[in-house]
Amino acid sequence: MPSEQWTHPEPGDGPAAVAAQPSPEQVIAGLRATSEGGAELTQLLTPEGERVPSPQFDKYVDDIDAEALRGLYRDMVLVRRADREANAMQRQGQLGIWVPLLGQEAAQIGSGRALKANDMAFPSYREHGVAFTRGVDMKDLLGIFRCTDHSGWDYQRHGFHPYTIVIGNQVLNAAGYAMGQKFEGKVGDDDGEATIVYFGDGATSQGDVHEGFVWAAVYDAPLVFFCQNNQWAISEPTERQSRLPLYQRARGYGFPGIRVDGNDVLACLAVSRWALDECRHGNGPVLIEAFTYRMDAHTTTDDPTRYRLSDELEEWKLKDPIERVRAYLARGGYADQAFFDKIQDEADAFAADLREYTFNMPEPPPDRIFSNVYAEGNPVLEAQREEFLSYLDGFVSAGEH
Amino acid sequence: MSDLQKLTIGKALNLGLRRAMEEDPKVLIMGEDVGKLGGVFRITDGLQKDFGEQRVLDTPLAESGIIGTAVGLAVRGFRPVCEIQFEGFIFPGFDQISSQLAKLHYRTQGKIKMPVVIRVPFGGGIGAVEHHSESPESLFAHIPGLKVVSISNAVDAYWGIQQAIRSDDPVLFFEPKRLYHSGALRAEIDVAGTPAQVFSSQVVREGTTATVVAYGPSVKVALDAAAAAEDEGKSLEVIDLRTLSPLDLGPVFESVRKTGRLIALSEAPSESSLTSEIAARVQQECFYSLEAPVLRVTGFDTPYPPAKLEEHYLPDLDRVLHAVDRSLAW
Ligand SMILES: Cc1ncc(C[n+]2csc(CCOP(=O)(O)OP(=O)(O)O)c2C)c(N)n1
Repeated sequence: MPSEQWTHPEPGDGPAAVAAQPSPEQVIAGLRATSEGGAELTQLLTPEGERVPSPQFDKYVDDIDAEALRGLYRDMVLVRRADREANAMQRQGQLGIWVPLLGQEAAQIGSGRALKANDMAFPSYREHGVAFTRGVDMKDLLGIFRCTDHSGWDYQRHGFHPYTIVIGNQVLNAAGYAMGQKFEGKVGDDDGEATIVYFGDGATSQGDVHEGFVWAAVYDAPLVFFCQNNQWAISEPTERQSRLPLYQRARGYGFPGIRVDGNDVLACLAVSRWALDECRHGNGPVLIEAFTYRMDAHTTTDDPTRYRLSDELEEWKLKDPIERVRAYLARGGYADQAFFDKIQDEADAFAADLREYTFNMPEPPPDRIFSNVYAEGNPVLEAQREEFLSYLDGFVSAGEH
Repeated sequence: MSDLQKLTIGKALNLGLRRAMEEDPKVLIMGEDVGKLGGVFRITDGLQKDFGEQRVLDTPLAESGIIGTAVGLAVRGFRPVCEIQFEGFIFPGFDQISSQLAKLHYRTQGKIKMPVVIRVPFGGGIGAVEHHSESPESLFAHIPGLKVVSISNAVDAYWGIQQAIRSDDPVLFFEPKRLYHSGALRAEIDVAGTPAQVFSSQVVREGTTATVVAYGPSVKVALDAAAAAEDEGKSLEVIDLRTLSPLDLGPVFESVRKTGRLIALSEAPSESSLTSEIAARVQQECFYSLEAPVLRVTGFDTPYPPAKLEEHYLPDLDRVLHAVDRSLAW
């Protein structure tokens, strides 16, 4: 478990401790310690691509040899390429909206690859990379953004819940699911199950997220809270949500919290494996704060130039999650130019496939409006459907005359 | 002194908010992204720059928090104007609205006033993903203690937002988001003029064949239908409700007594909705004047569908005309 670092005065501490309370400026400086993410940041690979040993976490990535690392690199490149393609398709009017993940590839691939088949993931709406690691065909995400569908993959088979747009809702749903794993006795040893739930820094202000912390804690649910702190909730910076680093909140609920470099895929993998392992063995829940950055707009309808300084973006580009793996692979002689070219070609083909699929995506038939509102049907609605269909028919026959 | 400006609904709201803030230092704006960004629809654009961060609050991301603290601020004498980003996100705040905001005045026998406005962009037609196109206004009209209003044009937007802010009761203020920036709905407004009261039903087009009553974004649909009906030799009277709770049905009764037919139009699902209420009350009050039952043209009783299907879900001009024909065929 990571050591405690926060020096907020305990109740009963004397005036000296009160005086030691950080000023708002210091708090903000701490939160904005963007170059390191603060002293407590777990990192295994620096932005320059150098491996940093970690006595605590190295053992969780023992098996990640050069080939496995090339695999993680490939994952991130493919997912980024798909993200850029979808962004471009939105600009061309082929998608109604797109929610970019640019910069968050390591957090998503690292945590997603830490999951086992029986684990369950509850995403918000930006977790395209996690979807990829769960074996969801990325084409199946696109219906949501082309507005032909609200969702579209086999949730049970992939262990990947539908996207949730209402901020924070999924955190309680995940807590309930994890409670179910516990109640069914699927927790307790290496083969135990666990659940992971994704949400943003902004979401931590929602009551549902707080309640999710409470529920998971008091029922010892095997739940990993995975907060991608990408610094912004649309236009509002993390400081607008919290006075202390988010991972430190866990202490107040009675479970461990840890901050990981969200741009370091190896560290995200290691920390997530550790946290999931804790949960599998019945020592959950755990909060992970992946300290990262959204290098694009919040969505394609957003305009970050109204609230964000370009300096900040430039600074984060130097910490690109893909570049550091590439540097590490190249420097160590684990991959050559031919490998990088091959992955790029694969990514281009992957994107082209998505594009073709999108352009040919069928439109849903009008009476899909009425499908599956209820599991057991509803006669009133059936009548409404019939009436609607005959109304539509009226146009066809009017046209035929 | 007059100051005539040609404004869209969005700009009229912006200027209305500005004028209310200038006139009363206790007026606050609070919500997600309302400050630097000016709101996702830019309705609060420039207000934080001019009034500062204590009058235009970029709040933490929590609707129960926004509304719950607005209640407390109101107890302290402020007049908070909350922005909910999209109607589908009001539900985390539903508890605070129904349990506190709507009831404190009653609970304290008038000792605590609740001059809080909650602005809610609502309705469909913008091609959005889930939760960005709904019409939940009936849920709020069902809660005693709240005033629920909706605007359909720039003039009412400008005066209506000011009237809502001046109200000592909580007002749910529903804004037709797809019309915010419509150039066609630009209207000339004397922004320095004397405040107008706009929350009463209003005949917006006179006619004799049948009456169509609508509110918010549907008023435009009704007016378009009336224009099309005229080509077919039918004269539709169109009424903009403007106030959804309390309902002002006087002008509707009067109109039905004249035309004998009523179409109640709304994007919301029909079951247990405002259109149900209108149909019930009109049948009660105008039974002997009706030539046909009150017909409703509404969204279906389903969740709002994926946007590729919204052209079928949303009542359009054709569905209104179809209902008129059905009414006339009775
Ligand atoms: C309950 C609710 N309120 C408002 C919104 C509108 N909204 C969508 S995303 C967002 C910001 C979310 O920020 P964060 O939780 O940090 O996640 P990020 O998108 O940055 O990953 C807002 C305000 C919403 N979807 N749900």
